[in-house]
Amino acid sequence: MSTTETTESRSRGKAPAGERVADWADGRLGIYSLAKANMRKIFPDHWSFMLGEVCLYSFIIIILTGVYLTLFFHPSMNEVEYHGSYVPLQGQLMSEAFSSTLHISFDVRGGLLIRQIHHWAALIFLAGMFVHMMRVFFTGAFRKPREINWLFGFLLFVLGMFTGFTGYSLPDDLLSGTGVRFTQGAILSMPVVGTYISFFLFGGEFPGVDFVARFYSVHILLLPGIMLGLVVGHLILVFYHKHTQFAGPGKNNKNVVGMPLLPVYMAKAGGFFFLVFGVIAIIAAVAQINPIWAMGPYRPDQVSTGAQPDWYMGFAEGLVRYMPGWEINFWGHTLVLGVFIPLVLFGLVLMAIAVYPFIESWVTGDKREHHILDRPRNAPTRTAFGVAWVTVYMIGLVGGGNDLWATHFHLSINAVTWFVRIGFFVGPVLAFIITKRICLGLQRRDKDKVLHGRESGIIKRLPHGEFIEIHEPLSQDALHTLTAHEQYKPLEIGPTVDENGVERKVKGSEKLRAKLSKAYFDEDGQIPKPTVEEYKEITSGHGHH
Amino acid sequence: MKKLSARRRHPLAAVVVLLLALACTGGLYAVFAPADKAQAEETAQSLTIEEGKKLYTVGCASCHGTDGQGTSDGPSLVGVGAASVDFQVSTGRMPAATSQGAQVPKKKNIYSQAEIDQLAAFIASLGAGPSVPTEEQYGPEGADIAKGGELFRNNCAQCHNFTGKGGALTKGKFAPTLEGVDPKHIYEAMQTGPQNMPSFPDTTLSEQNKKDIIAYLHAVNSDETVNPGGLELGGLGPVSEGLFAWIFGLGALIAVAVWVAARTAKAKKS
Amino acid sequence: MSSQDIPEENLPAEQDTTVAVADEKNPFADPGLPPHEHRIQDIDERAARRSERTVALLFTVSMLATVAFIAAYVAIPHDKSVFVFPIGHLNALNFALGLTLGMALFCIGAGAVHWARTLMSDVEVADERHAIAAEPEVKAKVMADFKQGAKESALGRRKLIRNTMFGALALFPLSGVVLLRDLGPLPGTKLRHTLWSKGKLLVNMNTNEPLRPSDVAVGSLTFAKPEDLEEHDHDFQNEIAKAALMIVRLQPDDIKDKRELEWSHEGIVAYSKICTHVGCPISLYEQQTHHVLCPCHQSTFDLSDGARVIFGPAGHALPQLRIGVNDEGYLEALGDFEEPVGPAFWERG
Repeated sequence: MSTTETTESRSRGKAPAGERVADWADGRLGIYSLAKANMRKIFPDHWSFMLGEVCLYSFIIIILTGVYLTLFFHPSMNEVEYHGSYVPLQGQLMSEAFSSTLHISFDVRGGLLIRQIHHWAALIFLAGMFVHMMRVFFTGAFRKPREINWLFGFLLFVLGMFTGFTGYSLPDDLLSGTGVRFTQGAILSMPVVGTYISFFLFGGEFPGVDFVARFYSVHILLLPGIMLGLVVGHLILVFYHKHTQFAGPGKNNKNVVGMPLLPVYMAKAGGFFFLVFGVIAIIAAVAQINPIWAMGPYRPDQVSTGAQPDWYMGFAEGLVRYMPGWEINFWGHTLVLGVFIPLVLFGLVLMAIAVYPFIESWVTGDKREHHILDRPRNAPTRTAFGVAWVTVYMIGLVGGGNDLWATHFHLSINAVTWFVRIGFFVGPVLAFIITKRICLGLQRRDKDKVLHGRESGIIKRLPHGEFIEIHEPLSQDALHTLTAHEQYKPLEIGPTVDENGVERKVKGSEKLRAKLSKAYFDEDGQIPKPTVEEYKEITSGHGHH
Repeated sequence: MKKLSARRRHPLAAVVVLLLALACTGGLYAVFAPADKAQAEETAQSLTIEEGKKLYTVGCASCHGTDGQGTSDGPSLVGVGAASVDFQVSTGRMPAATSQGAQVPKKKNIYSQAEIDQLAAFIASLGAGPSVPTEEQYGPEGADIAKGGELFRNNCAQCHNFTGKGGALTKGKFAPTLEGVDPKHIYEAMQTGPQNMPSFPDTTLSEQNKKDIIAYLHAVNSDETVNPGGLELGGLGPVSEGLFAWIFGLGALIAVAVWVAARTAKAKKS
Repeated sequence: MSSQDIPEENLPAEQDTTVAVADEKNPFADPGLPPHEHRIQDIDERAARRSERTVALLFTVSMLATVAFIAAYVAIPHDKSVFVFPIGHLNALNFALGLTLGMALFCIGAGAVHWARTLMSDVEVADERHAIAAEPEVKAKVMADFKQGAKESALGRRKLIRNTMFGALALFPLSGVVLLRDLGPLPGTKLRHTLWSKGKLLVNMNTNEPLRPSDVAVGSLTFAKPEDLEEHDHDFQNEIAKAALMIVRLQPDDIKDKRELEWSHEGIVAYSKICTHVGCPISLYEQQTHHVLCPCHQSTFDLSDGARVIFGPAGHALPQLRIGVNDEGYLEALGDFEEPVGPAFWERG
């Protein structure tokens, strides 16, 4: 072993420089004990396990480029006249924030590139978090012991949305200003406190001269600071829990199979950082993002059609667009339901996915640790719920872009709006039913494969003329993989009268839990996996097809 | 030529041939007509109106009425002016295929400029209205691009988008893209307010204002427009940017991730 | 309700983690990790050398790309544009810097990953997991320590200390909240008033000239501001956010709403340009239908019927400004808006 070799070589002369540095650090930081547990830490190989890395790396890229941008950006709403190199805006009045963003884009060499990397990385960061979160959801990786990490991740997603929003509002251009105006209108809709919050946030009436500076400190300090803490916590927990893995030969709940951190994952994960950065830099070289010079400086009496937020706010935008205009006036007050309900729904929809792990663990009552991932088909109700949630989200996105749907598909904007209004209610229900059926179908197919083998594609004609397809029995690897998942039994409430004849009161929550458990795990909720007995009966019997 | 032969059987082909013939006659006449200048101009003017009326009777009267008074299928054309005719016919919107549908779209123009001028002269003779602008009015000389930008954002962007990419209106109507639209037609559209577009007469949007707007549009939405950052992605803002980030950004990164995590090819067993 | 009362048998059996060959008893047993198979690079030194050269090549390309990045930064003027097919006209420097930077980074990553994939060991290793929860003895020790600490603090016994401490801790964050008071002034009635008042002329936003009725044609669209508001004014943004006006002229016969007709002048009506939904400047005016659409959330108002909402999420009509003509023949306001403009709020009533 290499370690023994180094100890031997050391006894002859002075230790190499690297080792001496490590010794020095160990004496102060205890790095050897730390490295002992982590240097050869095992990571399983699967492309979907790298989605989180996409997020981490784009987050780092955003911080690096963001720091560069702060060197040139002036977070001020002082009015200036533009005299930079972009001709179509020369002589225009604008805020210093806008003019310094023009300066970055046109007069700082490489400034536009860094701006574009920053913005593209932000879109990809959020998209990556969304997909990563869905991967974790659909494979059940949020189960014990990872619920807290699920919440950390969820918080990162939500904070990412608001960091993005405060970020793209900073240049004070006509598009983002319209978005800020919308936000202010939404704040005004809050009962009782709305007007006050709006006046405090904007330092008086909209737009005022304060919000860019205030958003700036929120965007570069407050939110990223919290996010950085959460990211570190997220990563520590990933290390501490060790990564989950899919079922397979040699893989079980008590081990983790893969490659060691040093050297393979050091190279792969380290290399992946450069790959992500490289891809985003190339995108920033060829594709323009947020051309604020084309949008012009913000004026509260000007607007452009196609006023949309960045994609991650599109779902909220959709909710606002397809809500009917309800407004209730009473005792000298106005309840602006047309805006306030979408605001509440926005939170509720996000919360629904955040609390799901706790609901599921309550239904199953399972307190064991889970390190083997579910295939989505093997948890039909969860998968169906997830797809229904994604459907609600996607319908929100469609609604948020209803005008572009109308112009690009030659539809009426009113028809698109009505479609999403109905879709908001019908879509998730349909998605739930269809997904569950597909999952059950796939489970049946797995069961068939286990019991009857794989369809080989070879057609054989029997002596009496019948044609049959030969089924090849599966290997033990495949048999094990297809039967490794666990299945719960539906919960029974049990006798309501105990042995002494005393009636026991059944609590409502208990009834609800039994009902949910039934929906999850009775014969309509899952296909019982093949048992050894079934398998033996079929394989020991004569010829099967 | 192939295009021509394919369209030979088009229902409007006969009309086109007829119109072409008429145009030729008119054109030949214009070329060969002898006369003393002042008198000739007047005669030419009345002849033009005459020719325009003929064209009008064939192509327009069924919807707009024999004297341009309008019918249930088309509005009155009294007082819309030559600019309106030039815009509607040159951009192919008129004659419309049908009066149904949310709005009459732009299509290929089937009239020659001479015929359009004749039609315009006829309509202008029905009642005073805006005349066709001259190049001096819509040309780039003396235009202030930055002022044009401000005016564009104030008056136009709400329907046509920041750089004139178009946008949706109610019930299937839309503000068309301004890409590749002749400056003259943009000027005429502002002057006359075609279909559901409001007009911007000189009293509220001066000649100079219109010139500025056209110059701005040329700067930000033409073949020579520089998009410093690269692909314009339709100029539609965050929706197309989001789609691009998902498909090409995240898509590319997932493809890379698949490569990073995939098993390396194993040596084949011999 | 805790999950303790879930009967054990509802949970699936713990997975059998013992490695076994398939036998009569359990054909689905875990066969254990498959044997390691060699890659070409593991058995053929020439293939391994090829991989090595590929990795080295990638790292070298990265170095060259960085050199090219610096060269581009120095050599290309920042305002030079080039035509690149199929992208179009773009900034040469941005394109060159982005491509070289992307290349330099991508090649480092690709080299490292190729190295890991082809030359580093690819033997899969299994690592043991250990329960996250502590052993009962550890827990017992921690509980005992805590109890002792709690007892030594005497917090449970000396209630006065405990209660006052909680009180102090609960109160002090209030100073933080109080400090936020000066973030902005109180709303007062600011949202109810705009710059408009009796006698103020309607000034055309485009020409900066006061409007006469004859300037406004049927089917045209004009935007106006109050006469004494200039773009250079320090409060221009705040004031225009409330005072922006949209002026159209209808045939008086087309006006269906009685009050609208009363407040108009010869069919000229002036409406707030600020949407009553969340405040976007609404102005997508369709001159034939007299509908005006908001580009942000598609609220649609009928300007010929008191600007009532006919579609979309807005909750009430656009406020109308009462206008007339002064002695010199200019359009003037006959007062402020009678209701607050812009989005609704709690105190609006």
